[in-house]
Amino acid sequence: MSDEPAKTPPNAHGERPADAQPLIKLRGIRKSYGLDTPVPTEVLHGIDIDVKAGEFVALIGPSGSGKSTLLNILGLLEPATQGEYWLQGRPVSALSDAQLTLLRSQAIGFVFQFHHLLPAFNALENTLMPELIRAGSISAEMKKTGLSLLASVGLADAAHKKPGELSGGMQQRVAIARALSRNSPLVLADEPTGNLDTHSADDVFALMRRFNTERGTAFLVVTHDPRLAARCDRVITLVDGAVKRD
Amino acid sequence: MRFAFTVAWRFLREGRFQSLLIIVGVAAGVAVVTYISALITGLQSNTINRTLGTQAHITVKPLEERTQAVRPAQPGELALRSIQPRAQRPRTLDDWRHIEAELQRTPNIAATSSVASGAGLAQRGEVTRAISLLGIDFDSYDRIVSLRERVVAGVARVAPGEALIGKQLADDLGIGVGDRLVLRAGLAGSDTLKVAGLFDLGNRDLNRRFVYVTFTTGQSLLGLPGGATQVYARVDKLFEADATAKLLRDRTGLDVESWMDSNAQLLSALNAQSISTGMIRVFTSLVVMLGIASVLVVSVVQKRKEIGILRAMGATRAQMTQVFLMQGGIVGAAGSTLGVTLAKLLLWGFSTFVKGSDGQPLFVIELTLDLALTVAITATVAGVLAAAAPARRAAQLDPAQAIRA
Repeated sequence: MSDEPAKTPPNAHGERPADAQPLIKLRGIRKSYGLDTPVPTEVLHGIDIDVKAGEFVALIGPSGSGKSTLLNILGLLEPATQGEYWLQGRPVSALSDAQLTLLRSQAIGFVFQFHHLLPAFNALENTLMPELIRAGSISAEMKKTGLSLLASVGLADAAHKKPGELSGGMQQRVAIARALSRNSPLVLADEPTGNLDTHSADDVFALMRRFNTERGTAFLVVTHDPRLAARCDRVITLVDGAVKRD
Repeated sequence: MRFAFTVAWRFLREGRFQSLLIIVGVAAGVAVVTYISALITGLQSNTINRTLGTQAHITVKPLEERTQAVRPAQPGELALRSIQPRAQRPRTLDDWRHIEAELQRTPNIAATSSVASGAGLAQRGEVTRAISLLGIDFDSYDRIVSLRERVVAGVARVAPGEALIGKQLADDLGIGVGDRLVLRAGLAGSDTLKVAGLFDLGNRDLNRRFVYVTFTTGQSLLGLPGGATQVYARVDKLFEADATAKLLRDRTGLDVESWMDSNAQLLSALNAQSISTGMIRVFTSLVVMLGIASVLVVSVVQKRKEIGILRAMGATRAQMTQVFLMQGGIVGAAGSTLGVTLAKLLLWGFSTFVKGSDGQPLFVIELTLDLALTVAITATVAGVLAAAAPARRAAQLDPAQAIRA
C-alpha cells in the first residue's frame, strides 16, 4: 500500500465531492456534562468544523481533549449542549430520537477501537447487521453484497466464522465492511488501529484509504498515531476541547 | 419483528447455560401448575362422580306438612304458644307426569325420572334386612343414575316380578341371580320377586340397602296407587343446579332440592380446593415471572455493549424493546412446552404407579388440551410481561454510554 494520500475521484459532473456542500458542518458546538450538578463540566468549547464529502480527515489530540465526545456528537449518539450541527445540509438539533436513528442508519457508518462486533453473529451477519436492522431479514442479494464486501477486505473465507475465531486485525476489517454495508457517505472511526499491531494497523488504514478513494466515502478517523495521521488529507488537532490546528 | 426474533434468539443461544437454566425454571413452574391443576380437576371430578353417581342432581318432593299457629301474633302483642309438630303421613306427587313435563321445559334439565320409594324389608328364609325400596322406570332412571353400567351379574333391567339388588344384600341374604326373595313395605303387604341382577354402586351401604323394582311394583308395595314420592332430574351444568332448583321451586311450589343443598359440605370442600389451586397458580406464576425478569435484567447489563452497537447502527428504541420482549416470550414458550411435557410425564407416573387397594388407579387424571394450551399461553404471556421492565431499560440505554461501558 502506498503511503501517499490518494486524491478523491471526481464525480460524474467532473467535480470532486470535496468541492461540493459540506457533508458535516459544525458551528459553535459546546458540550457540557453534569448540567444538573452545581459544577457542570464543559468538555467542548465552541467547535467549528466543516468536512466535505469524500474527505479523509484525522482527528488527533491528547487523551481527554474531547475527541470521543465530538465523535459521538458527529455520530448522532449524543446531542451537543449548544451550537448547530448540519449533516448533509440538514440541521440535526431539531430531530427526534427516531429521526436521528434513521439518519444515523442512512448516513453514518461506525468503526470502533475494539471493533464491537456482535459475538452471537458470524462475520457475514455482522457485516450485514445494518441491513438486518433495516429490512428485518437478510435476502440472497444482500448476502451477495455482504460476501463481496468481505472479499474486498480480504475475508472471503471467513464469512461464516464468529468474531471469536478471528484475529484483531480481521475483526477490524469486518467492522470496516460493516460500516460500508449501507453505502453511507460518512464513516466515523474511533481509534480503529489503536488495538492492533503495526502491521495490522497499516493494513486497516490502507483499507479505509482504499474505500475512500474507490467509493468517495468520507472518513473521520480519531487516532493517536501521528504516522497514520500524516497519511490523511487533513488533520484536525483538538486540545482541551477546542480546535487548535486544522 | 423478524429482526427482534433473530437477535433475541441469538442472544439466548449465546448465553446457552443461562437461557437453559431459566427455561428449566419456567418449565418447573409450568409443570407444577399443570400437574396440580390436572390433579385437582381429576380429584374434584372423581369426588363429584362418586358422590353424585348414585343420586339425582335435583329432587322434587311433596311439601312437608307443617303445623301452623292458629292466630299469628299481632304487632305489639306477645304470644305464648306451643306448637307440636304433626305426625307425618306418606305423601305423594299425584301429578308427577305434569311435574316431569314442567321440568323438561326448564333450561339446564337434561333428563327426568319419577320414583316411588320408601322403607321396606327383604326376607329370605329366616334372614330379614331393612331396605330402601325404589320403584323406577329403568330406562329413564338410568339417564339420571347410570344403573345399567353398575350391574355386575344377571341382566340390567327391572321387569314385573323382578328386582335388582345390591351385591352386599345378596351376600347377606345368601342369594344370587335367579333366586327369589320376599319384599315387604308399608302396610300394603308383600310380594315375592325374582332377582334379575346384582349391582355395585361403589358404596357398601347402598349395595346393602337399595332394591330396585318396577315403578308399578313400587307403587303397589308402598301403597301409593298412581303416585310418585319424588321426581329426579339430571342437569347439564352441574354448578347451576342450585339456580335451576330455585327456578323450579318458584314455578311448582313444591319442595325442590339440588345436590348442592344436600352436599353443602362437599361443595365447600371443593371450593376450598379450587381456591388453594388458584393460590398455587398465582404464586407459581409470580415466581416464574420474577425468574424471567431477573435473568433478563442481568442480560440487559451483560449486553449493554451489544445494545449500544445495535442502536449506533440504526436499531430504534422500539426494536430494542421488541428484542427483550421476544426473549421473554421465547423463554416462556420454550419453558411452557417443556413444562407441559413434564406435567404429562408426572401425570402418567401418578396414573401408572399410584394405585388403590383394588389395584386400579385412584382416579382418572387427564391433561386436557384446553388446560395445556391455557397454561402454555399464560406462561408465554407472563414471559413477555416479565420482560417488559428489562426491555424498557434496554430501550432507554444511551448508546454512547453503552458502547463506552
